[in-house]
Amino acid sequence: MIEKKPIIFLLLATMAILVGTVVTMVAPFKWINDPKLAIASVKPYTPLQLEGRDIYIREGCNNCHTQMVRPLLSDTERYGEYSKSGEFAYDQPHLWGSRRNGPDLARIGGKYPDAWHVKHMKDPRSMVPRSNMPAYAFLEQPLDTGLSEKKMKALKFPYTRADLDELSGKTEMDAMVAYMQKVGNDIPWRKTGRAEVLGELDNPFQDNMAVLPEGKELYLQHCAQCHGEDLKGEVGPGLEDLDQPDSAVFNIIYVGSPEAGMPAYGDSLGKERIWKLVTYLKSVHRR
Amino acid sequence: MNQQEGYEDDVVKGFIIWSMVWGLVAVLLGVVISFQIAFPQLNLPPYLTYGRLRPIHTNAGIFGWGIGSFMAFFIYITQRLTKRSLWSPALARVQLWLFNVVIALAAVTLLLGMNRSKEYAELEWPVALLVVVLWVIFSVNIVMTVVKRREEQMYISLWYILATLVGVAVLYLVNNAAIPISLTKSYSAYAGANDANVQWWYGHNAVAMVLTTPPLAIFYYFLPKSTGVPIYSHRMGVIAFWSLIFMYLWTGAHHLLWTPVPDWVQTLAMAFSVMLIAPSWAAVFNGYFSMNGQWQQMRDNYLVKFLIFGITFYGLQTLQGPSQAIRTFSAFIHYTDWVPGHVHMGTLGWVSLVLFAAIYYTVPKIYRTEIHSIPMANLHFWLAVTGQLMFSISMWISGVQQAAMLNATNPDGSLHYSFMETLVELYPYWHVRALGGVIYLAGLVLFIYNIAKTMSRGNTLAAAQKA
Repeated sequence: MIEKKPIIFLLLATMAILVGTVVTMVAPFKWINDPKLAIASVKPYTPLQLEGRDIYIREGCNNCHTQMVRPLLSDTERYGEYSKSGEFAYDQPHLWGSRRNGPDLARIGGKYPDAWHVKHMKDPRSMVPRSNMPAYAFLEQPLDTGLSEKKMKALKFPYTRADLDELSGKTEMDAMVAYMQKVGNDIPWRKTGRAEVLGELDNPFQDNMAVLPEGKELYLQHCAQCHGEDLKGEVGPGLEDLDQPDSAVFNIIYVGSPEAGMPAYGDSLGKERIWKLVTYLKSVHRR
Repeated sequence: MNQQEGYEDDVVKGFIIWSMVWGLVAVLLGVVISFQIAFPQLNLPPYLTYGRLRPIHTNAGIFGWGIGSFMAFFIYITQRLTKRSLWSPALARVQLWLFNVVIALAAVTLLLGMNRSKEYAELEWPVALLVVVLWVIFSVNIVMTVVKRREEQMYISLWYILATLVGVAVLYLVNNAAIPISLTKSYSAYAGANDANVQWWYGHNAVAMVLTTPPLAIFYYFLPKSTGVPIYSHRMGVIAFWSLIFMYLWTGAHHLLWTPVPDWVQTLAMAFSVMLIAPSWAAVFNGYFSMNGQWQQMRDNYLVKFLIFGITFYGLQTLQGPSQAIRTFSAFIHYTDWVPGHVHMGTLGWVSLVLFAAIYYTVPKIYRTEIHSIPMANLHFWLAVTGQLMFSISMWISGVQQAAMLNATNPDGSLHYSFMETLVELYPYWHVRALGGVIYLAGLVLFIYNIAKTMSRGNTLAAAQKA
């Protein structure tokens, strides 16, 4: 019957399409970004961070990096606290992504010091051997700030003259690093989620020469990018003269030190491998 | 042949030629970026990096090759099913020009980094506006042709065509809502989880309204045309059509499982994704049952081979898709290579195989000649299927391996592998995928050569007839 009436057919097809649309796309506006879900500590972007975010978009970083930690063990242990709706309230557009050709970046803010990011962006393989990320050395060019104020106004983000002045003389790299340090770092998860090391801290591999090769391997893979292959230090301090007890070295690797820019490795490496690392580091000191 | 005299086929020729050009660009870029993933030093910043080229690959594929050839066949099929010539050939010529301008602009602006970041809706607002104009011109022409038709009954293909016109319009307008900053920069009108939910309502229904309903329209038309026997069940077609366009729109949030989008939205998406198996497989059965007593044509008729393999890939795709849409399985394979493996079975397998068949069928008809070489078309078939399977199978294995490694834990509960330790294991699979892409590309070049030879023979014959 309706196969003979194209206009009625078109109207019915439109209605069929709109039912699911209204229920699953229009209606959720009532629940998502509800003021109840807002997180007070989550702040809008500064002009510099926003410019960095626009460079992230321009370069298509979201084609390889997600910004979404799911409440799943393999995500939270690897990247940190799971992502919350309120954390994205200022993200126009969202940058959750759909494929991890590289690691998730939802909790990258505060994980590494600025210098790590600059070095990694310029030459990813110098920091992460066998990484397949393109090199972004060209970001060391002056930042175009012509639209910065207009952007802040359009998104209704608060800003001061000082915020805009901060932009002068900045490079695109500076903006990108400022953005990276902001992502996922507005909630105090690093402090509250910080691992506690309890009980006796005795190195189970003390004086066990057999674990040294594995310890060295772990060092080269996870630490050498910042502390240098020869332990002489670079982004991070030199470690060739570690005059601290095993337990203290273990502790700082396990729980990290956000103030010093040292990431925590407890969740990703686990106790056993960290003790092997400690044994290696201390063996270098004794030599 | 006389019956064709009244049809406007010049613009169909134009769309076929240009869609093949953009298809070649899409596959070529696909091969380039597959090599860039495996060999990062092939990235040449700032312009020729994976991050900038991948959107051009997807846009050229979906909109250049996909939409371009759908426009060709919607115009071709609609005229034949309504038994009248196109409502406005002049408008269709404008449409062809505008189509090429839009796709070329899309490629250039994306290369320059003008990108909204929303997948398959990357184009900045001035280009997106041109897309809207293009779609309106196209829709008006098709709808007016249908309204003024000379055949009372509308065949299944016309339903899918009409649904596509409405569906794409609604999706595109809503997801492209933006706050313009300058001619080359805008921000999404939605924020955070809302933006994500709108985006994937759009994203998944682009799969419905661009990569499902148009190829189905084409399949339902060209399968009977190629085999010479009618479609098995009209009624099954009716039920499948309405349930398909009703259910698809509920499923977008299966791209957002385990995110902060409300749980009930995710659960609905999951349920409807599983329910979609029914209408999808109704189309598959309609294809298979139409072949009853005709299966020898798989041997004798190269067109049937393309169409039946195409619908088979569609069937596999619509089983794999719903399984991925289930929370537990999604938790495992989401964000890994499994997903590109899945997507490319749909695009390289289902959509492209059906389009190849339609072009092989149509070009000799409208150029009034025979296909240049059937053995070459057969070789193209095997190259396409081999390349596609190498791509998808290598990516499924890669995805499962990486997922398993990412989930491995030590006895003390810590993770067994760092992200990089899982990534380095993927290189061999990426090499296989790149090789699969090269094989598919070789098949595509052969196809284009075969079609070009057919076209030039047709043109020579026509010139000789005139003289």
